[in-house]
Amino acid sequence: MGLENLLHGFQIAVTPFNLFVAVLGITLGTIIGVLPGLGGANGVAILLPLTFTMPPTSAIILLTSLYWGALFGGAITSVLFNIPGEPWSVATTFDGYPLARQGQGGQALTAAFSSSFVGAFFSIVLITFFAPLLAEIALRFGPPEFFAIQLLTFSSFIGLGGDAPLKSLVSIVLGFILAAVGLDVVTGQLRMTFGFVDLMKGFDFIVAVIGLFGIGEILLSVEEGLSFKGASTGMNLRVVLDTWKTLPRYARTFVRGAFIGFWMGFKPGGATPASFMSYAFAKRFSKHPERFGKGEIEGVIAPETAAHAAGVAAILPMITLGIPGSPTAAVMLGGLIIWGLQPGPLLFTEKPDFVWGLIASMYTGNLIGVLMVLAFVPFFAAILRIPFAILTPLIVVVCAIGSYAVHNSMIDIWYMLIFGAVGYVFKKLDYPLAPLVLALVLGDLAENALRQSLIMSQGSLAIFLNRPIAGVITAAAIFFFVLPVLTPWWRRVRGASVPASRRT
Amino acid sequence: MKLDRVVVLVLTLLVAAPASAVAWEPTRPIDFVVPAGTGGGADQMARLIAGISEKHRLSPRPLIVINKSGAAGAEGFLDVKGRKGDPHTIIITLSNLFTTPLHNNLPFNWRDYTPLARMALDEFILWVNADTPYKTAKEYLAAVKDKQCKERQGGQCLMGGTGSAQEDQILTIQLEQALPGTKFSYVPFKGGGEVCVNLVGKHVDSTVNNPIECVSHWKAGRVRPLAVFDTARITVGEWKDVPTVKEALGVDVSYLMLRGIFGAPGMSKDAVDWYVAFLKKVTETPEWKKYTEDGALKPAFATGAEYVKWVEDNEQLHKELMAKGGLLKK
Repeated sequence: MGLENLLHGFQIAVTPFNLFVAVLGITLGTIIGVLPGLGGANGVAILLPLTFTMPPTSAIILLTSLYWGALFGGAITSVLFNIPGEPWSVATTFDGYPLARQGQGGQALTAAFSSSFVGAFFSIVLITFFAPLLAEIALRFGPPEFFAIQLLTFSSFIGLGGDAPLKSLVSIVLGFILAAVGLDVVTGQLRMTFGFVDLMKGFDFIVAVIGLFGIGEILLSVEEGLSFKGASTGMNLRVVLDTWKTLPRYARTFVRGAFIGFWMGFKPGGATPASFMSYAFAKRFSKHPERFGKGEIEGVIAPETAAHAAGVAAILPMITLGIPGSPTAAVMLGGLIIWGLQPGPLLFTEKPDFVWGLIASMYTGNLIGVLMVLAFVPFFAAILRIPFAILTPLIVVVCAIGSYAVHNSMIDIWYMLIFGAVGYVFKKLDYPLAPLVLALVLGDLAENALRQSLIMSQGSLAIFLNRPIAGVITAAAIFFFVLPVLTPWWRRVRGASVPASRRT
Repeated sequence: MKLDRVVVLVLTLLVAAPASAVAWEPTRPIDFVVPAGTGGGADQMARLIAGISEKHRLSPRPLIVINKSGAAGAEGFLDVKGRKGDPHTIIITLSNLFTTPLHNNLPFNWRDYTPLARMALDEFILWVNADTPYKTAKEYLAAVKDKQCKERQGGQCLMGGTGSAQEDQILTIQLEQALPGTKFSYVPFKGGGEVCVNLVGKHVDSTVNNPIECVSHWKAGRVRPLAVFDTARITVGEWKDVPTVKEALGVDVSYLMLRGIFGAPGMSKDAVDWYVAFLKKVTETPEWKKYTEDGALKPAFATGAEYVKWVEDNEQLHKELMAKGGLLKK
């Protein structure tokens, strides 16, 4: 059934025009992915009115290809400059950037792109064969299940913060405070705006990340002597093949990342938490957790696999339920309606050409995408050879444009600069940035889900335990919360001599 | 959006439209502000208008849709308020034109803007999950009153809706007040599509979604419309069979949401004339007609004094409804 439909889909997707449209979309998407702030959602929105004159299938191929491009492209600046081009690339910077500084930018990029493709492929296969079933599972996720998932994401990070739990705590609390500024969805009231109109829209995650990571890093580089390390990277495609040889040994990370990504992405939870969770689990299960954060290729593979798997999975609720799994999918959803299609459960039966053309184009689009970006790896890596004095001002300008583009507001550029200073100070004082970013991106979502759940249960916390799916996830989350306490105790019971300093 | 503008500018130059001699017409791309997120009803309509304009060459310059959704839309409204006399800025409004300033005491009011046209009115419908035994609004409301919603704490029925102190909650409160003893627990979500999916997943017991937000789930047999919050039935398609609240419950609870367009403050007469003619042409295209029909939007194109009068009445209505519901800023 699935295969037959898929073959039919390929006949629609593999026409010269549709392939051309895919290449065009991926090119534009990669550029958009590289520019921080100008996310996939913006890119798709810009092109939307232009797709009006195309057949719907070509139009959706153009938009989804742009989305794939943005998913691939997000990794480029993360690895090269520590500036996440997209929110889901934040976790990629943790190890990608150290790799680039060690002159292994090419390897890191190859790993990132290849993992993205693996994650995407995993999700597409699942969508091809199980879409209606998965849509039913997605429906089971209400506010309590969402909160349980957010809790699991947080708990997976517990104990990974390093040696200074208090510093992690400061960082996480700051993130929560920033996330709370603006409109409170549950009461409809403004919070912590102190009467300032500019504070009303809150702090955007992307602006914070551009500042904390990008500008903060540039300030550090300036202090360290006006040069980028890792400039020795050669311009040679061999790096791609050499890296590929090492990838099979990370098979388990690929599978885990793809699974987490798909799971998080096929309901509106998102690629960003998925990438964080995948990173945390990779570190937790690794034999060398101490290498993470210092340039471990597995630390690039894990978040990128999950992010792209989640990004692809976000398309599923859009076509089966009519709800978007990501902001980009939300804009595409608007597109479906403009093209005269009604997204929702009947799309599969009423417009099979469209749906299967789209699914087939996910295969072709991602394949074309990965080949295109891999071919440019040596070129991307060579960007670091550009003299610091030329490159840095360009990066700052791109960051500023990106911050402005998020809300079209000048104040965001000031926020970016302030966050840059904060990022610099945090790094100098050795405060971890990841907990802040995680709290900022998840704080808002987790708070809404928690309060919606409590309204549903008339205030009883039992709702997180007595619903089957929420119960299992909450139990897993609690397990990971207490794991750092349990592990040393367990080892003592078993009498094993493990150095106390090594915590998982 | 600067970058958007560059992109579109380049594209426009490639297909430059011939200039004609009229009093005013756009000389640069028009900023079309949406005081709501991407993908929602207002956003869809704005992008549809931009798309129709492009396809039928209704404007010599493109419309650039810009989302400014912060603080329940206040971000967008305040931004446009600051662009006094700019003929190249327009804003699409929904009910948050009234509710946001009233609920949060923010400094903007529809009188700050230049009324251009009312494009359509959006209906509201009472929905329940199709697996529930309730075939009529009367049966369901009786269950709400007697706290008969199984699976819930104490049988308390849950009403899902978009945002807080906005149209969905106003309607819920209206319904509660019209039927004494009825009490919902209102669960606010971020967007209308999400609300309907939570109904399909049985995480809430009912919703007051707009038709377009639930129509696909209705056709798939997952949700059931019980009543329409209007004085008359919707006349298109299968909606004809859905009774009004008055017919179903014997009480008068009706509410329609504005889908209208305003210009920046102090827009010149010539510019207003151009926009009114432009929007009129948009509503005459087949794409617009199909869109309003699919979404069961009430065609209600109005301009000038008629539009202003409607907005005035509606502002008063929101003040009364929100005062009654205890939603005004204290």
